Amino acid sequence: MSITTILQHSLTGISLGGAYGLIAIGYTLVYGILRLINFAHGDIFMMAGYFMIFSLASFPWPIAIGITLLITVLMGIAIERVAYKPLRSSPRMSIMISAIGVSYLLQNLATYLFTAIPRGYPEIPLLKRIFRVGELSASLVTLLTPVLTIVLVALLMILVNKTKTGMAMRAASKDFETAKLMGININRVITVTFAIGSLLAGIGSILYFTDRMSVTPFSGTLPGLKCFVAAVFGGIGNIPGAVIGGFFIGIVETLLVALGYSTFSDAFTFVLLIVMLLVKPTGLFGEKTMEKV
Amino acid sequence: MRRSRNTVLSVISAGVFLAILYMLNMNRAGNGMLISIMQKSAIFALVAVSMNLLNGFTGLFSLGQAGFMSIGAYTTAILLIPVQSLDGVYYMNGINPGIRALKVFLSALPPWFQSVYPFMALIVGALFAAVIASIVGVAVLRLKSDYLAIATLGLSEIIRALFSSPQLDGITNGSYGLNKIPAFPKMFGGLVPPIITPFIVSAVCITLIVLLIRSSYGRAFMAIREDEIAAEAMGISLFKHKSMSFIISSFFSALAGGMLAMYMRSIEAKTFSITLTYDILLIVVIGGIGSVTGSVLGAFLVTASKEWWLRFFDQPLELFGWDVPLFRTGFRMVIFSILLMVVVLIYRRGLMGTNEFSWDRIFGRFKWKRRKVQGGGS
Repeated sequence: MSITTILQHSLTGISLGGAYGLIAIGYTLVYGILRLINFAHGDIFMMAGYFMIFSLASFPWPIAIGITLLITVLMGIAIERVAYKPLRSSPRMSIMISAIGVSYLLQNLATYLFTAIPRGYPEIPLLKRIFRVGELSASLVTLLTPVLTIVLVALLMILVNKTKTGMAMRAASKDFETAKLMGININRVITVTFAIGSLLAGIGSILYFTDRMSVTPFSGTLPGLKCFVAAVFGGIGNIPGAVIGGFFIGIVETLLVALGYSTFSDAFTFVLLIVMLLVKPTGLFGEKTMEKV
Repeated sequence: MRRSRNTVLSVISAGVFLAILYMLNMNRAGNGMLISIMQKSAIFALVAVSMNLLNGFTGLFSLGQAGFMSIGAYTTAILLIPVQSLDGVYYMNGINPGIRALKVFLSALPPWFQSVYPFMALIVGALFAAVIASIVGVAVLRLKSDYLAIATLGLSEIIRALFSSPQLDGITNGSYGLNKIPAFPKMFGGLVPPIITPFIVSAVCITLIVLLIRSSYGRAFMAIREDEIAAEAMGISLFKHKSMSFIISSFFSALAGGMLAMYMRSIEAKTFSITLTYDILLIVVIGGIGSVTGSVLGAFLVTASKEWWLRFFDQPLELFGWDVPLFRTGFRMVIFSILLMVVVLIYRRGLMGTNEFSWDRIFGRFKWKRRKVQGGGS
């Protein structure tokens, strides 16, 4: 492989990784507070793809993006209210089954409403403009994704570390019960968490699908699971860790495809997960926790 | 007295069920759909019970069922595809010469061997899955609750990716899948016709699982489910019992996977995707997590309503000249997922909760009703 091809693939990988990172943040935030793998997160991401298709059909793109993100956020909050809130005090297995149920429902709903045939993702001409540097060529979206990811993460870090809401979120993820006793409105914190997670999944969805051209009801499952792995890799509950995990998985996956092992690119993620959990279960930047009796 | 009454009732109902099956066997022509749905239910009942052993009785939330089923299905299929059809099945890439030689050798063995061969193929597939489970279990079972779930889910995806990879073309036929798999064999020299075989195999396996659950091992599993740390303090070896449950569950899942291959006659890696695990989880949840009879009942109800009773949701419906708007392809599954959510959120126990079906309970309910009626009269 020549240096140009490697660079070209790395560029694609970084772009994919940026989108993964944005989705992974949603997992890491929710897991940090509720200790729940939000299996529906990948499907929220998929639904955002469909929302974009339909809103772009009738609105100019800046408004369409706004509408898509708004609906995605509302859907995320609604899912939390309906499916997770009633189970807050039940065993973890039931809430996880509920999350799987929501994922199942969203997939079947999407199949019913939009059929299982892949739908073409509309192109936003601005994002698709091609830039060339020497022999490398990339569309704007490829270049924009990593930059936007880093900007959003920086904003999120400011929100988490400097604002009152962020403080409440940190308190809730440290100790749910004590945070409640200290007068933190836990339901509001969880709503905000889901809103942020869904917003980032919506943005990630626009960036991801613009490069991939089509959406199916099942196109959220695997990216969703991979992003959870990214979150675990970076240390669950740790926002920059999730993004680094996303970049890592995105780059390695793209390189595996480039080397001709495309069937193993999905399997690699899970091998990484299992190895990571065995070697360093807390992830790259995670904190160690002890189980209390 | 009551015990013998219950035994008699159980034997009678099993006999009635068998008689119905034999009757269906006589009138195969008109009942093709019913038979096929019941066979599928019996296979899914076995997977659901084996998943329940792990999730409901041992408290290990595992989502790797589809992966182990695919191991069983592929092994059984490769062993069973007749030698003369091999070239037709592997028309793209050719078959691994070692496997062909083995199959040619096996097909030359005497008739008594050929009659038990399909069952041996099932067991070989199941053992293969059990070996893989025992190796993987060492690593995976150290994980707790949701990490275990996602790791086993990942494991089943890894297995699927391996089976559909071009590197294994000579064995699994890669993404083309396998077909021309022989249907169910007859048992006991024709005493049990082919149609009834899956029911017998499932029933035997489920009985074995029930015996296991009732043994001291089963009680150890349940202790682990209730409280891992307390169980360990009572001297139950966590690793030993967890891996035992995991291996046995994988064994029976793979056996059911092998039967699924015989049932479907052709398999491909896509059949065993995450959705299949979710389908089985749905059966377990609706039946009641921690109830064997619930899982069996759930398997029959869910499969029957999915493939048969709720079919009309997928067809356009016209009522008195008015087109009911919602009815079209896919609506059935939406209804189904809503049903699952209702069970999860409101009716959390499922059909049976953690109880088992028992005649005493049924009679007790009748007595209770009668007393209530009498009380109302006086």
